[in-house]
This record gives sequence, structure tokens and C-alpha cells, in this order.
Amino acid sequence: MTDISARTRANQQSPTARIALRWGLYAILFIFALYYLMPLFVMLTTSLKSLEEIRTGSLVALPRSVTFEAWATAWSGACTGIKCEGLQPYFWNSVLLAVPAVLISTLIGAMNGYVIAQWRFKGANLIFSLMLFGCFIPFQVVLLPMARTLGFLNIAGTIPGLIFVHVIYGIGFTTLFFRNYYVTIPSDLVKAAKIDGAGFFRIFWSIFLPLSLPIVVVTVIWQFTQIWNDFLFGVSFSQAGTQPITVALNNIVNSTTGVKEYNVDMAAAIIAALPTLFVYVVAGKYFIRGLTAGSVKG
Amino acid sequence: MAPILDVQGLFKNYGTTEILKDINVSIDKGDFLVLVGPSGCGKSTLLNCIAGLEPISGGAIRIGDQDMTHVSPKDRNIAMVFQSYALYPTMTVAKNITFGMQVRGVDKATQATKLAEVAKQLQIEALLQRRPGQLSGGQRQRVAMGRALVRDPQLFLFDEPLSNLDAKLRVEMRTEIKRLHQDLGASMVYVTHDQIEAMTLATKIVVMKGGVIQQVGTPAEIYNRPANTFVADFMGSPAMNLIPARTSAAATGARIEIARAGATPLILHDPRATGLPADILLGLRPEDITEDGTRQGDLVQPGECLVDVVEPAGADTYVVSQLGGRRVTARLGADTRARPGKPLAFSFDLTKVSYFAPQTGERLN
Ligand SMILES: Nc1ncnc2c1ncn2[C@@H]1O[C@H](COP(=O)(O)OP(=O)(O)OP(=O)(O)O)[C@@H](O)[C@H]1O
Ligand SMILES: [Mg+2]
Repeated sequence: MTDISARTRANQQSPTARIALRWGLYAILFIFALYYLMPLFVMLTTSLKSLEEIRTGSLVALPRSVTFEAWATAWSGACTGIKCEGLQPYFWNSVLLAVPAVLISTLIGAMNGYVIAQWRFKGANLIFSLMLFGCFIPFQVVLLPMARTLGFLNIAGTIPGLIFVHVIYGIGFTTLFFRNYYVTIPSDLVKAAKIDGAGFFRIFWSIFLPLSLPIVVVTVIWQFTQIWNDFLFGVSFSQAGTQPITVALNNIVNSTTGVKEYNVDMAAAIIAALPTLFVYVVAGKYFIRGLTAGSVKG
Repeated sequence: MAPILDVQGLFKNYGTTEILKDINVSIDKGDFLVLVGPSGCGKSTLLNCIAGLEPISGGAIRIGDQDMTHVSPKDRNIAMVFQSYALYPTMTVAKNITFGMQVRGVDKATQATKLAEVAKQLQIEALLQRRPGQLSGGQRQRVAMGRALVRDPQLFLFDEPLSNLDAKLRVEMRTEIKRLHQDLGASMVYVTHDQIEAMTLATKIVVMKGGVIQQVGTPAEIYNRPANTFVADFMGSPAMNLIPARTSAAATGARIEIARAGATPLILHDPRATGLPADILLGLRPEDITEDGTRQGDLVQPGECLVDVVEPAGADTYVVSQLGGRRVTARLGADTRARPGKPLAFSFDLTKVSYFAPQTGERLN
């Protein structure tokens, strides 16, 4: 609609005006792109410089000699408090934590969404509203009750404990995503399957899950980004040895004594951010598609 | 023989609103029952209740002489075709058709045989590996039928299966469904709000309005002897003429007096009618009002009326005039002499006349 009207308006203008407009648009987009890429550029170049060069050179200059030393240090030698093992162990902590937490919360969200959208029961709307409410509770509010719960369950300070926290906190969002996707699926599908003899789980596995790729991708990206980047839960509910990478990154940056190793800090920050970038690059196009996915054609 | 489907005193409420009220229907093996009625009258709800997809609030449902009131849909030995087709979008046509058998653990060989059989019957062999998204509306409709046929159930349920097709395809599929019904000798319950579909397919019609059954009967009964003005008006196109008239007793039968605009009243005489109240609605189908001289019979009587509108419709021409203060449609030949604004001599054939009480709308004869 807007596309068509824009095109007809453009058609009324002279070709030169149109080309000028085009280039103006590109120029503005380019400037914004530069603006957003600048910090990444500085981080990358700084991480490839030696400390000596950082001290003497300019912030935005390209490295005179490229060195990966800072990356190596950040990965396996940087000190986080007393230990000096780099990010490596914490990276794996984060993986061990994020992967199960993402999978479990996505699966539970899919199940919840399926029930709420397609097996309308008394109070379904109330439960859904409560879950939505859960999405908007600030992290800080749940810290104390969660700490007590973890203690009670005897999983305080462990990775399963953190998984538990993230699953609980994520269910609101994952349910919302799946519920909104599944309400667009005609209820006749469930009726037909019931007559075909399929039960609750069979209908979920054979009919709804195969339809869900776009929304699964959206949910996985969302959850992975949330959980991987989380700092507050990580710092609150972990202890030495189970800390996720965000906490370790903070420790590296804050606990260096003497000279500040900017190159190591930058490399560490990039390493910590890489997985979320990676997930988005791999599944990004499904993300867009999933967000705009409409009803299913029967 | 016990009826294949017996619905006894069925009630259905959503919350406090009554959707279906005291529904009683039964059909025998091989019957083709059509449920018709205006939108929102509860046809789909009734079908869903029969299928067990909606719990009922009162009454009982027996299928194949077994009480199925509280039995789950999968154990009712039924198959259903939905208006939206409800094909499983991620499965191929073949999988769509065999899914039910797969769920029930039918062995692979039997599945394959039955699939081949049904695909041949419906001429969808070439489509088996496609997904529903890659099919046209008519093809999807066939697949939906295939999914029902392969179950070989005691009872087929159809919820407006043709309403999403274009006019031509609808007529084709209508014939096909009729043929399937004849070939299989299957028992069917079919929902539609298309009264032509109802007339052509049914062996038995149920006309509903506001969740209440208005009449149950064969297509001929419904068409010729509608139980009330609602049925008279709903079934048939153009609708039955319902003309206000006054009656009085005659030497034999009744004298019927109909007000005629700008002229003396039209007088008809029905020797068979007795005991009619003074005020009635006279029901005549458009085809029972013809051009004078085109029809012979004891009960054919002449009368002249001013023609308002002439609507040629191919084989027939519909001619509208005014009688008793209402528009009255007559169905004349394409070669009619009728001209708008000119009087025309009509014949009124009272052989199939219906009389209704003006207040209640109930049939009187
Ligand atoms: N889940 C529901 N909750 C409340 N009311 C409902 C529900 N489903 C249907 N109804 C109501 O029940 C009535 C009958 O609906 P139904 O779908 O059976 O009509 P129908 O005769 O099939 O109409 P159509 O020809 O439009 O398909 C309607 O008034 C509808 O609003
Ligand atoms: Mg309906």
C-alpha cells in the first residue's frame, strides 16, 4: 500500500530528482551504519594491537602490526580475580547453562502455547495473563525469593540451579511466542486429528511441532540471547567455578592490577559476544520470517 | 432395523445461551441427511455434537445402535469433512490420508492398499506426494474427502464441504458426492446453507432456525408441504409466494379473496379446503403461477394482474406483480408476452397450494 503510493509519487518526479533522492538515502544509511559499526571497529582493532601500540597510537588507527596475543590471553590466560585461566572455563559454563535452558524453556513454551491456544480450558485466559505478567516482572524483584527457592531445592550455586532460574524466567516469553503463533492455526486441525484418533501429545508432535519451525527459531534466538547475555542472575546465583562468561568478563575487566590491558579486555568482550552473533547470523533470516509469520494455509 | 444415527432430545448450551433446543433426528442406513438453515442457526454445532467434538448439555446420541453420548470422537466410528478442509499442512497428501490409520496402528501394507483404493476413486493418484499448500481448492476438497473415505466409517459428517469452491466446481463436486453416496450406500449427515445443495443431495432434510428444528422430511415434502412460513420462504429459489388472503366457506371447499391493486379482488376457489380461518397466507410456488392457457387441470384458475417487473433468466422468465399487497413472483416461459406496466392473464394452480396462519406461520392444510 505505502509501497505503491511511494512508487507512484516517485514516478511523477524527474529522473534526476529521483536519483538524487536515492543517493541521499544511501548516504544517510551509510552514515548510520558507520556510526553503529564504529565501536565494533575500535574493539576489533584494539584487540589486535599490542599494549605498546595502544599507549602510543590513536584510538581509531588500524594496527601497525597485527597480533593475536590479546585473544590468546583473553581465552586462556587472563586473570579473573585469583585464578588466571582466561575465559575458557566460563565460556563452557555458559554453553552448559544456555543450551539446556534454551531447549527446556522453548519446549515448555511450545507445550504451554499449544494448550492455551488450542485446548481452551476454563481459566486459560487468566493463566495466560498471569504468564504475560511474569514477562514484565523486573529481575531484581525475583532475586531474593529465587535465592531462597534455590536453597530449598538444594541447587544454589550450581549450573542446574542457573538453568532452573532461566527456564522459569523464560517461560513467560516462550509461552507468549508460541501461543500467539498457535492461535493463528485453525482449530479444525485439532478436530480433524481427534477424529483421526490422535491424542493430545500425538497432535502436538505430529501436527503442531512440524509447523513451528519459524517460531522455534524466534524463540531460540530470543532465549539464547537473553540467557547468554544475562549478568544479574549469573552473578547472583553462581559461585566460583559455575560462573557464566558475562561474570567472568566483568571480573577480567575489573580485576586487572597495574596496567589496564585494553587489548585483552576488548578481545574478551568480543569472545563473550560471538555466540549470540553467530546464532543470529545462522538463523537470522528465519527470525525475520518467524516474527512476521501469519496463519497457516490449510 | 435400528437407525444408524439417533439424536434424542439433544440440548446444547454455551454458558447460559441455548444454542440447540430439543433436537430429535434419526436416520437409517444409507440415508443422506442434510441440515439446512440460515447462518448461526447451530448446524455446525449439531454436527460437532454428533462427532463428539463438543460436549452436549442434555439428551442422548446413538450411532449404530450404541449409546455414544459420552464416547470420544475417535471411537464413534465416524469421519468428518470440514469446511476449511483442515488438511495437515506439513504432511503430504498420502500422509494426510493415512494419518488416521497410522495413529490406530494399521499395518503398512493395509495402509498402502487402502490409500491406493481411495486415490483411484477420487482421481488424486497424481497428487499423493504434494503438500496441501500446493493444491487447488478443488483438489484439497478431494483430499479431505479421501481422508474421510479411507476410514470407511458407519457415518460420514460433512460441514459445508463445498462452500469454498467456485460455482462450477461446486456443481461438479455435488454430483460427485451424490455418486459416492450411491456407490457406497453410506450414511451421511451433511450441513449446508445452500438450499439447492440440500434439495439435490438429500434423502431427508432437516430445516433449522435458531437452534430449533422447523421441519424434517424428504426434499419433496419440504418443498411441497412446508410446515411453516419460515421453511416455505427458506427452501426454493425464488421463494414461495406468501399472499395474504381472506377465506369464506363455499358450497364445496373455500372461496379465497385476494386484494388486487387498483382492481376488484381476485377470487379463487379451492374445493378441497375446509375449516380455514378467515385470514390466511396463501402459499404458491412461482412455478404454480403461469401464463393463462399454458396449464390445464381441475385446480387451475385464471386471474389477471398488473405486471411490475420482468426478469428474463435464460430458460425461464420471472414476472413480478402485486397481490394482497405483496410482491408475487411467477415463473413463465422465456417467450412470455408479459410487459412491465401491462396487465397479464395468469393461471393459478392450486394443486400444491399451502395455507398458513398469518400470526403463527404454521401450516393449515
Ligand atoms: N464456542 C462458542 N461459544 C459461544 N457461542 C458459540 C460458540 N460456537 C458457536 N457459538 C454460537 O452458536 C451459534 C451456532 O453456531 P454454528 O457455528 O453452529 O452456526 P451454523 O449454523 O453452523 O452457521 P454457519 O452457516 O454460519 O456456519 C451461533 O450463534 C454462534 O455464535
Ligand atoms: Mg457452520
